[in-house]
Formats: sequence, structure tokens, C-alpha cells
Amino acid sequence: MSRAEEHARAIRETLRRDTRGRPASLVLNAPKIVELCDVWLSFETPVLRGVDLWAREGETLLVVGESGTGKSTLLKLILRLLTPDRGTVRVFGMEMPRLSFEQVLAVRRRIGMVFQYAALFDSLTVYENVAYPLRENTKLLEPDIRHIVRERLRFVDMNPDVVSNLLPGELSGGMRKRVGIARAIATDPELILYDEPTAGLDPLAVNTITRLIRKLQVELGVTSIVVTHDLRAGFRIASRVAMLRNGRILFDGSPEDMVAASDPYIEAFLRAS
Amino acid sequence: MTRAVMAIDERLRTVALGAQDYATLALRATRGIVTRPFYWRDTFEQMDRIGVGSLPIVLLTGIFTGMVLALQSSVELVRFGANIYLGNLVAASMVRELGPVLGALAVAGRAGSGIAAELGAMRVTEQIDAMETMGTDPIRKLVTPRLVAGLVMLPMLTIVMDVIGILGGLLVSVMRVQLGADVYLRGVWSAFAVSGITFGIVPRDFVSGLLKPIVFGGIITLTGSYYGLRAGGGTEGVGRATTRAVVASSMAIFASDYFITQLLLVLLPPPR
Repeated sequence: MSRAEEHARAIRETLRRDTRGRPASLVLNAPKIVELCDVWLSFETPVLRGVDLWAREGETLLVVGESGTGKSTLLKLILRLLTPDRGTVRVFGMEMPRLSFEQVLAVRRRIGMVFQYAALFDSLTVYENVAYPLRENTKLLEPDIRHIVRERLRFVDMNPDVVSNLLPGELSGGMRKRVGIARAIATDPELILYDEPTAGLDPLAVNTITRLIRKLQVELGVTSIVVTHDLRAGFRIASRVAMLRNGRILFDGSPEDMVAASDPYIEAFLRAS
Repeated sequence: MTRAVMAIDERLRTVALGAQDYATLALRATRGIVTRPFYWRDTFEQMDRIGVGSLPIVLLTGIFTGMVLALQSSVELVRFGANIYLGNLVAASMVRELGPVLGALAVAGRAGSGIAAELGAMRVTEQIDAMETMGTDPIRKLVTPRLVAGLVMLPMLTIVMDVIGILGGLLVSVMRVQLGADVYLRGVWSAFAVSGITFGIVPRDFVSGLLKPIVFGGIITLTGSYYGLRAGGGTEGVGRATTRAVVASSMAIFASDYFITQLLLVLLPPPR
């Protein structure tokens, strides 16, 4: 058996194994929570050239592609950390570029974001990091905040009694990511964005993170957009895959369709994963 | 030729855009002072860092400035038999110029660079993006508390610097110039009296000496924040932002010092 065939078999095996327990793969009638229509964006060179992409309520959209193809840029557009040169970005039915700064802040409060390197506030303890969005965006009293923080830390398989007082600098990469997820879900967001959630982690930590993302899908039914180039981990959690190439969407469909696709670039990408 | 013109045009455009960004930052940070939400805890923390934290360097700068000023001046004054005016000279120089300017430069070197480094590190590690995604306005949360701390603490540090500088001058006056403490202190008081009284009670020098540090406090904290928030390119970018913040705020302190002095001479003319 050739090396390419071995890879394809391994991916199919992953899909077969992980389809069990995955929520209904395409939530066809659910409303679109995120919608990008004909989005163009350039810095010094064009990054996005007419991207059309959406995510329906309850689904987990995996966005894959080579480094530098604009995957993380898509997340920044959704959060309006960037605005498109052309096209529309709608989140929860609201056109992000047209909102006032205060309205944007209100939309962002409904979204959780897990950063590539967790982006924990390094002057705050683990407890304070997870409590941050609760203190900022709610009027909860400290005992309630404490209860939620402990619950979220347990959700990401961390012992609050052990980690609460640690500073981010004292945590491993995997632990930082888990605290990042706990912080992202602290306020029960309707949408979670993941930027390379498994980058730089050892295989066991990758398993832990993918298991947590699936747990969020199954137990909380959260809509997720996951940007990654780790296809193997991504296929375990995705209900739909979109592939970016040269600033455009090259493929948009189910993971199974992607494995079966005959496009030479997709085949090469799958083989290399 | 065309290339040179285009380069100048590009440079001017960059400067104009930078000035616009700086003005926007200043406006938004100032708006944060008068509109909710207020970050009191962060503000007091910054007051402690910028004010109390800068106290040792301001004390050292102040005492040595006063001492060397008295020492250098005494050499000239003795030649004309005018060393009884040593107190006048030290007090007027400290309160009008040296206290506010040297104090601000010391704070720019210590706290201004610290602000740029801290915010720069937060920018390159995506902590500021994280803050924004959690619905926090980073300017309100990070810049406004620093601005308030600068506006409040710089005048206080300047008062400390003026007092300690005048005391440094007293030390030299008594121990090196053999001028009595009473003569020196009478000179100090007369310097303030001669400068005139504003608003019926405040010596004119105090107005100028305390208005300047308020402006300098704003310049130091806003410039540090501006360069910190724009940092990019990893740790090297943070280093660059820190250096630029200190250089730019030092230049701005000198330039604004001249214009404030000129303005006050027009608005509050000294007695004839």
C-alpha cells in the first residue's frame, strides 16, 4: 500500500470512528449565525478575494488551508477586529462593519474566542482570567462568579483548588489552552471561535483539546468555527469543512466529501496532513 | 526626483495618519475619564506605579539638581558679591523649569517606557485582542487609568522634586557656600513673591510650575500607550516601541515646555 493510500485510509478511519457521537452533521434548517458574502481584504497584498462563507446554529465549521491564506483573518473579520475592503460580514444577523463601537462590544460579548497561544492575561491568576469576562460583562456577585469559574475549570478537566492561584507563566501549553477555553465559555457564548486550538501541543494534549471541543458541541450545543491546519484533529470535531486557497473558498462541504474529493490540491493537502 | 517627491509624500502621509491616530487615542482616553465604565482599581494601581514607583528617581534627580544648581550658581554669584540671592535663583529655576521638566523626563524614562513595554507585550501576545473580544474597550481599561494617573501624579511628583531640589540647594548653601539657612530661605520666599500673585493668592510661579506637569503627565502616558498599542513584530517590536515612546515623549516635553512658557507669559504677565 502506497503512503498516500495509507494516509487516506487513516483519515477515513478517523472519520468513521468519530462520526459516532458527533451531532447531526449538517443543521440544514438552522439559521445562519455567521455569514460572510463576497468579502475582499488586502493588506500589502490581497488576502481574501471574494470569500463566501457561513456557519449555521449548532454546527462546527472547520476552516483549513495553508499558513498565510487568511484563516485567522476570517476570525478577526467576524469579531470586527478588522473590517473588509468590500463585502458584508453578518454576525447574529447584524452587519458588523456598520455597527457602532459600543454595539460591536455587545456582539463580542456573545462570542467566545480561543486564541492560538491562549492569550491569557499574564498579570492575572488562572481564577482571575476565567472570572474576567464575568466581572466585565455581568453584575454577578463574587460568590456566583466563584461558583461559575470553578465549574468551568472542572469542565476543562482542571482542578480549581490546584490551578486557581497559578499564573499563566506557571502552566504548560496544554493547560494554558484549557484555561483559554474555560475563559471563552465563562459567559455561555452562543458562538465560539478557535484559532489553531491544537497548534504546538503534544498528541495527548491534542486529544484532550479535541475532546473538550466535542464536549462543548454535545453538552452545550454551541456553534463553533475552528481555524486549523491540523486536519486529523479537525476532522474529529467538524460537521462541515471549508478550505481556503489563494484568498478564495476552494471547497465547502462535509469532511467525508472532502476525503472523497478529486481535486489534486485537496488530495495533496490531505496526504500531507 | 519623482521618487524623492513620492518618498516625502509617503512620509508626510504617515506622519499625518500617526497624528490623527494619536489625537483619536487622546480623545477616546479623555472621554473615558467622564463616561462609564470607570476602572477605579486599575487607576489607583497605576497611580501607585507611576507616582509612588517614580518617587525614588524623582527624589534623587531633585536633590542633585538643586545641589549642582546651587554649586554652579554660587561660583558666579560670589564674584559679584551676590551670593545672598542663591535661594532666589535655585527656587525660581527649580519651580519654573527644572522641577517640571527634569521630573517629567525622569518619569518618561521610567514609567513611560514601562507603559510602552507592558502594552506592547500585551499587544504582541494577543492579550489586547482577547480583551476586545471579551467586550472590553482596551483604551478605557488600559489607557484612561494611566492617563488619569499621569495627570494626577506628575504635579505631585513635581512638588516633591521642587521641595527636595530647594533643600538640596540649602545643603550646598550652608555647607559649601557658608550662606546662612535663613538668608537662603528668605531668598526662596522672595523669589515667589517677586514672580507675582495670581488669582489673588497663588504665586505665579506655582501656576506655571504645576500646569506644566499636568500637560507632561498627559504626554508621557499617552505617548507610552500609543507606541505600546501599535507594537508589532514580537519582542523586537516591543523594544522599538519602548525606545520610540521615551524619545518622542522627551521631545514633546521640551517642545511643549517652550509653548506653555510662552503662553503663560502672555496670559499671566510677570509684574514690572
